[in-house]
Amino acid sequence: MIVRFLRHSQHFAVRDLLALVRQPVWIGVTLVQPVIWLLLFGALFESVAELPGFPTDDYIQFIAPGVVMFTAFFSAGWSGMAIIEEIDRGILDRFLVSPMQRLALIAGRLLQGTVTILIQSLIIVVLALVVGAEFENGIGGIGVLFGLAALIGAGFGALSNALALVIRKEESLIGAVSFLQLPLAFLSTTFMVEDLMPGWMQTVSDFNPLNWAVESGRAAVSASPDWGEIAGYAGLLAGFLVLGSWLAVSAFRAYQKSV
Amino acid sequence: MHAIEARGLTKTYPGDVRALDGLSFSVEEGTVFGLLGPNGAGKSTAVKILTTLSHPDSGEASVGGFDVLGEPARVRKAIGVVGQHSGLDHEATGRENLKLQGQLHDLGGRALDRRVDELMEQFGLADAAGRLVREYSGGMQRRLDIALALVHHPRVLFLDEPTTGLDPEVRAEMWKEIERLTGEGLTVLLTTHYMDEADHLASALAIVDSGRIVAEGTPDELKRELRGDAIHVELEGSVDGDVRAALERLDAVREVVVNGQAVHARADDGARTVPTVLAALDAGGFPVASVTVARPSLDDVYLRYTGRTFSAAEAESEQTTKEEDR
Repeated sequence: MIVRFLRHSQHFAVRDLLALVRQPVWIGVTLVQPVIWLLLFGALFESVAELPGFPTDDYIQFIAPGVVMFTAFFSAGWSGMAIIEEIDRGILDRFLVSPMQRLALIAGRLLQGTVTILIQSLIIVVLALVVGAEFENGIGGIGVLFGLAALIGAGFGALSNALALVIRKEESLIGAVSFLQLPLAFLSTTFMVEDLMPGWMQTVSDFNPLNWAVESGRAAVSASPDWGEIAGYAGLLAGFLVLGSWLAVSAFRAYQKSV
Repeated sequence: MHAIEARGLTKTYPGDVRALDGLSFSVEEGTVFGLLGPNGAGKSTAVKILTTLSHPDSGEASVGGFDVLGEPARVRKAIGVVGQHSGLDHEATGRENLKLQGQLHDLGGRALDRRVDELMEQFGLADAAGRLVREYSGGMQRRLDIALALVHHPRVLFLDEPTTGLDPEVRAEMWKEIERLTGEGLTVLLTTHYMDEADHLASALAIVDSGRIVAEGTPDELKRELRGDAIHVELEGSVDGDVRAALERLDAVREVVVNGQAVHARADDGARTVPTVLAALDAGGFPVASVTVARPSLDDVYLRYTGRTFSAAEAESEQTTKEEDR
């Protein structure tokens, strides 16, 4: 059962990666936004870093790990689009009447998403380095940052697939995802240190998975990380991924009830 | 043993759309069974249930000896399915599509590669194997659909409206393909809303109307039940008055059905009866636009059992169910 799941996941991942290689422009498209945030927003709000209570005087350095997470979260949000196309084309129905492992279809897509996210994260980190940001914990810290980005991407990717199976319309999924993206980004410490956020926002951000990723990612690249705290956040993110996967598998059943 | 058994299947979709209303039929192993009916009759719903995609509200079914509800995993291994809409990944090549389908059936290695080559060859796609499906013609896509359904040597093949939307030449080509398959001992369930297709391909068939079987038998048996020729009269202008009564008075005429301006009736000797029919209509003040006489066809079988012509049923279902695929 587990062997079949892994094997089917691999087959689906290969298929999805081939599709990605055939349309690499997609990676570029999803990079436009984060580059704007990192370079334009970062430059515009440069003086925010001069506020008392701000840990660093380089604002771009402060937001860079956040923008990595935020990009992973953004591109994962669109993960469900492909399954809607598969529904419309009858591909999903063909898979569902074959002996495929259902979660493997999602897992394959998430693996493809992870590859995309790693490439995007690398580009953002290089850009940040070019404009003078420092990742004080070196390569190791950046590695952990990437791992956490992959984790948050997988969690939201699974959720996006679950949502897609339930709403089944591209426009509705675009609506739902766009509706969530900015609020979740602003309800996190991506652009502002926690102590300077209004109290209610601090409270809400504690329950925001994106914030778990931003906080742990930023800690991982800082000069002296608290690994215990980072592990705690990683555990929460893993739990979030398990929840998303469970919802996705349940969504298959909901989908089959409707056909 | 029957390759397919359906007993009392019912299914109602949200919005009180009754797709199946006690559908029962069985299919002998190694035969081609046709489910014939207009769009919206419930054929696709039946296929979805038998292939484990959808669940019935009540009733039971078995495919290849396995219970569709209790042992869906076993059913899925035993069946090949060609859906009403092509189910191909357009961003992958033909070969990749076929290979993945085999892998989902836990085939692999050289054996799978050989099977993929063999099927590509068999369906005339060998030269296009490395091209993206997006570039395939409609006929090529449909052939690849069938190749996908066969990759694991299924015992039962479901073909849900395999030729809908294809142009006549491609359709003829598909018929040949299907005929060739059925020579190999495969059990095939074919749904179609083309009378001639059912007549041509199916060795036994059932006529479905509003989610139920209304008639069952071989095409010849069904046609034989209709004694005599069909007379179709098309009236001119608005029809007022009782056309039916005017014709039923005639001894030579049976089974009069009036559908708007179209009048259908049956007679032992069509050619000889036409003059009397025309005279009766003339006397009743019904101007006639055209009249035709035909040997019995499945169309007439449909008319006889459902009280409406096939084309009328099609038009009606298009009006009432805007949603397709049911």
